Amino acid sequence: MEAPLMHLALVGTPNSGKTSLFNALTGSRQKVANYPGVTVERKEGFFVTPLGRQASVVDLPGTYSLRGRSPDEEITRDFVLGRASGEKPPDLVLCVADSTNLRLTVRLLLELKQTGRPLLLVLNMFDIATRRGVSVDAARMSEMLGVPVVTSVAVRKAGIAELLRKTDEIAKQAQVSVQQNLWKPLSVAELRATQREADKIIAATVSLPARPDTWTARIDAVVLHPVAGLLVLASVLFVMFQAVFAWAQPLMELLSDAFSTLGQFVHDTLPAGLAQSFLQNGVISGVGSVIVFLPQIIIIFLFILLLEDFGYMARAAFLMDRIMGGAGLHGRAFIPLLSSFACAIPGIMATRVIDNRRDRLTTILIAPLMTCSARIPVYTLIISAFIPDQEVWGWVNLRGLVMFGLYAAGITSALGVSFLIKFFMLRDYAPAPFMLELPDYKMPRLKSIALGVYTRAKMFLQRAGTTIFSMMVLIWFLASFPQPPVGAEGPGINYSLAAIIGHALAPLFAPLGFNWQIVVALIPGMAAREVAVAALGTVYAIEGGKEAADQIGQVLATKWSLATALSLLAWYIFAPQCASTLAVIRRETGGTKWMALTFAYMFVLAYAASLLTYNVAVALGAG
Amino acid sequence: MAKRGYSGVIHQVDAEGVDSSLPALELESRLLELGFVEGARVEVLHEGIVGRDPIAVRVDNVTVAVRRREAMAVIVV
Repeated sequence: MEAPLMHLALVGTPNSGKTSLFNALTGSRQKVANYPGVTVERKEGFFVTPLGRQASVVDLPGTYSLRGRSPDEEITRDFVLGRASGEKPPDLVLCVADSTNLRLTVRLLLELKQTGRPLLLVLNMFDIATRRGVSVDAARMSEMLGVPVVTSVAVRKAGIAELLRKTDEIAKQAQVSVQQNLWKPLSVAELRATQREADKIIAATVSLPARPDTWTARIDAVVLHPVAGLLVLASVLFVMFQAVFAWAQPLMELLSDAFSTLGQFVHDTLPAGLAQSFLQNGVISGVGSVIVFLPQIIIIFLFILLLEDFGYMARAAFLMDRIMGGAGLHGRAFIPLLSSFACAIPGIMATRVIDNRRDRLTTILIAPLMTCSARIPVYTLIISAFIPDQEVWGWVNLRGLVMFGLYAAGITSALGVSFLIKFFMLRDYAPAPFMLELPDYKMPRLKSIALGVYTRAKMFLQRAGTTIFSMMVLIWFLASFPQPPVGAEGPGINYSLAAIIGHALAPLFAPLGFNWQIVVALIPGMAAREVAVAALGTVYAIEGGKEAADQIGQVLATKWSLATALSLLAWYIFAPQCASTLAVIRRETGGTKWMALTFAYMFVLAYAASLLTYNVAVALGAG
Repeated sequence: MAKRGYSGVIHQVDAEGVDSSLPALELESRLLELGFVEGARVEVLHEGIVGRDPIAVRVDNVTVAVRRREAMAVIVV
């Protein structure tokens, strides 16, 4: 009979390298979903031990104790204790420690012992520790702790061989070693006692580095310097946004060419008619115009993951804490807000690391104002159609500069809104404490980063294949039916449902300089912001034939005034219509109230900003 | 007020009477979990730009960022 699937859980303090270990164990055999009932991300992966035992491993949120002070930490506690609904308690808990920094993890391990689950202490990043001159007597430590100890190097496959062997060994006796759960929240006296015991064990088994990590100190001398540090932070963000615009360009052109070739092929192969129009205009040019933005999404996630792995994110939070505090934000909000530049959904989900409910609510409300990657397609399209490609001040690309300006406008408005929330709604606000470990810098693990980027790219493509595809079909349908009467003049779309809806809503948006085609494109943009680009492509393609779809930028440049283009850019700084973001806000705040408020305030801001932009631009002669 | 470069050994961790939004016991627990335990060596490594806050403190071999308000619970000799 085949042995049953063995369930493992990874527990450890933040920055202990759990995720690299998880990636090393499972490779790409992982699935990301949510825990039942709550929206905390649940990463589960699979591997086979040397003896051929199938194992599943869950990467749990990092924590210093089992007290569960935030939704994230509650998940870890409930999972280990087997309280999580629909989950069995793990057969083996892998307690992961950064070998260069054992104090806090050894204390956590002593606490974990009381849960009665079989434990294995994994001394991760052992190579870095050895290089720094840390030596650990693992056998003695294991004896003192009463828990098996293995050393591992998550970056190399060979580095986890011993871990796999030990897993097999423990699997054989798993049934016997489960003990009764005696865990209860520790009092301060018990916390002190466990930390003292941990320190005693470490003193007896670990020889401290002869050469402490001077690199971290040297880098921090600059990066955490009150003035130089902020300049470094600004430069990092600036390079990131220039990269998103400049580096991605050649790849995007390649993708765009590939899709228009494919569209042409379909056009030449199929007879003219509905099927040809559906495939070429609805499917290929619609979905294609969104997939073209894959390189930019990859670049932005690459930056975020690299900075996180390097250890810079915590520094950024440190630098920004008081500055953001002025706007009523917590330093910890910096990371969720930075993630929101990729997408507000993971950003809003990342606010779970903020334990204070008010800080968390404020962060959630303003996260959608951070320029998410879904706005990039819209920005890119309009900028390349209307802003000349030239250098200013000798070295800055004007298009990059406009892009930077749009991002800056998003950030400024977010800070403003946060300030207003603090001032009007949450007045009895007492600043929650900011306590965050600043991990030593580490060389980013390329394989781990690659896996992270791959997972995100896959999610984007899946969305392109499902949500975006179905919206494209819908908009193609709206734009194609009813068919124009025989002998009708002008483009067929003028007779369609899309035109009817567009014309009906057009008076509301006319003061902003939006024509009915833009209004039509904003409707499917509710499914995902980037769909607006594809929708514009479809609307103008069906109206103007194939050439229009290929050259959407040039078409817009002839159809819109500069004032309209700028007004649409201003609208998209706020872009209130993303339905998935609103759905996540509802889930995370536990009610429709905050979702409705977010939609309302963003709509008002978008409308006001566009109205102002359009009128100023027209007054300056750009109408 | 502890300046950059200030160092010493923790004499006592006591959040009673500290002006924090957290209850005293909770603040004390969190500080303990981050390694602020009596006897640990601490050194103030960095200060923020606004009001020299927050501070980055080396606690034995871990670096932790805290605001001065909460750091008041840690008494160093």
